[in-house]
Amino acid sequence: MTTTLTEHIVTDLPQVTAVGVIIKAVIILAVISAIAGFGTYIERKVLAFMQRRLGPMHVGPYGLLQIAADGIKLFTKEDIVPQNANAFIFKIAPVITAATAFIALSAVPVFPDFTIPDFIPLLGGTFVPSIASDLNIGILFVLGMMAAGLYGPLLAGMSQANKWGIIGAARTAVQFLSYEVVTGLSILAPIMLVGSLSFVDFNNYQAGGIADWLIWKQPVAFVLFLIAGFAETNRTPFDLLEHEAEVVSGYATEYSGMRWGMFFIGEYANMITVSVIASIVFLGGYDAAGALGWLFIMAKIAFFFFLMLWVRAAWPHVRPDQLMWLCWKVLMPLAVVNIVITAIVMMV
Amino acid sequence: MSLEQFKNRNVGVQSYKTLDVGTTPETGMEKFTQVVKRSVKGELFVGLWVVMKRMLQALFQNDMHTVKYPFEKLPISPRYRAIHEMLRLLESGHYRCIGCGLCEKICISNCIAMETRYDENQRKEVTEYTINFGRCIFCGYCAEVCPELAIVHGPRYENASEQRASFSLFEDMLTPIDKLNLQQEYDGFGAVSPNADNNIKQTPLAY
Repeated sequence: MTTTLTEHIVTDLPQVTAVGVIIKAVIILAVISAIAGFGTYIERKVLAFMQRRLGPMHVGPYGLLQIAADGIKLFTKEDIVPQNANAFIFKIAPVITAATAFIALSAVPVFPDFTIPDFIPLLGGTFVPSIASDLNIGILFVLGMMAAGLYGPLLAGMSQANKWGIIGAARTAVQFLSYEVVTGLSILAPIMLVGSLSFVDFNNYQAGGIADWLIWKQPVAFVLFLIAGFAETNRTPFDLLEHEAEVVSGYATEYSGMRWGMFFIGEYANMITVSVIASIVFLGGYDAAGALGWLFIMAKIAFFFFLMLWVRAAWPHVRPDQLMWLCWKVLMPLAVVNIVITAIVMMV
Repeated sequence: MSLEQFKNRNVGVQSYKTLDVGTTPETGMEKFTQVVKRSVKGELFVGLWVVMKRMLQALFQNDMHTVKYPFEKLPISPRYRAIHEMLRLLESGHYRCIGCGLCEKICISNCIAMETRYDENQRKEVTEYTINFGRCIFCGYCAEVCPELAIVHGPRYENASEQRASFSLFEDMLTPIDKLNLQQEYDGFGAVSPNADNNIKQTPLAY
């Protein structure tokens, strides 16, 4: 099992240079931010259709320019640091959420690799990899980074002199303690099967087509990971942190303008990250050769993104104690049993 | 009837039907089986399907509930009581008001003011007629009491303006003489709204 971890064949790929990685980082930042903005539009539209409404319609054709209107509004709003808040932590908390979300994306393959054509001056011929940094502990790094992102809501809630914020921060801690165990344990079984923590190895393991997808071998792990992923991204069944019917806006109560916008971008970037992980680890990743495989993984990511919106329209959200009950008493034992069974099957 | 019976507010409690809501699990094993049953029952997916069906209907069968209000308006009932209208006689084009003053008398918020005089044919002529829309409560008594159907309530409910007085002169409420052919007759009390047929729904019987 340990041999495959190091035998990571990259000989047929061009040399990855620092310039290429920087270009990739810029691409990730620009494109994922744009997709996160577009995601808000998609979310509003999908929720509207599911409630037989029209959603945003007036800014641009079918409301498409609503993103621009929202962006202008967020950027031009006055930057308010409320009274009695710890200004330094209050200011840095949204940065933590947004930054960790994008750092997590650095170890995830997003968009195909390509070489910049030669006719472009200065950068011509630079190879831009599909992963900004292909760590051999990719999954651990991404999950760790996404977990570190929970410091954003936690610090944001505690930095403001606001009871809703404090409750939101406390719920962040509750949620974090609940789902993190399940995330790790649920993804451990596929990791045992593949014998590597690198996303590329996961992709290669399932390269043989739909029959080779890990979802058929690890259906329980898939469901558990999906549930934990919903908790990780604060999506609806588990949006305890900022559920407006209970805690006004939770940790984000006193935030406005672009600082609030950074929480939002971070949340949507996290949704994309979880979708990417689920697609690569369980649904075969970019298995088909060439551009078609990248189209497939886009479709898979889009499906998971849509699933999150779909679930938000359909299901009520749970109470904090229900989340803890679910994670500790149901999901974690299931994950452990799943690991044990996987181990026994692998031994035999 | 004794006082106890009189004070008993649980009317008809004997004929209530209790629904079968199952039993509350008590032992650990019962709780466990309930959780497992609920987990594998797939009720959550029923919920997912419900909203998905709604979305498909909204997208492909145009079953949208949104009314884009300033651009499209729902038809309102003919009984709706908005800004008043003064109607004209269809044949001569003369205003119907005979200056009887009943509307001024019946107005409970005292917002109608009118002055009349005899013209050269010894008919009553309305010289001044105003409704103070700052005071009007749109009760509809003036339209109800009018013997000539001269003052009625129109459908004009978008009456936001800097001065409500700009709606309230006799000439403002009077049907323009060149639009006499478009004058809507009041349908009368008890009239149904023009889209009443569309609003009729099947009564759900399966309560």
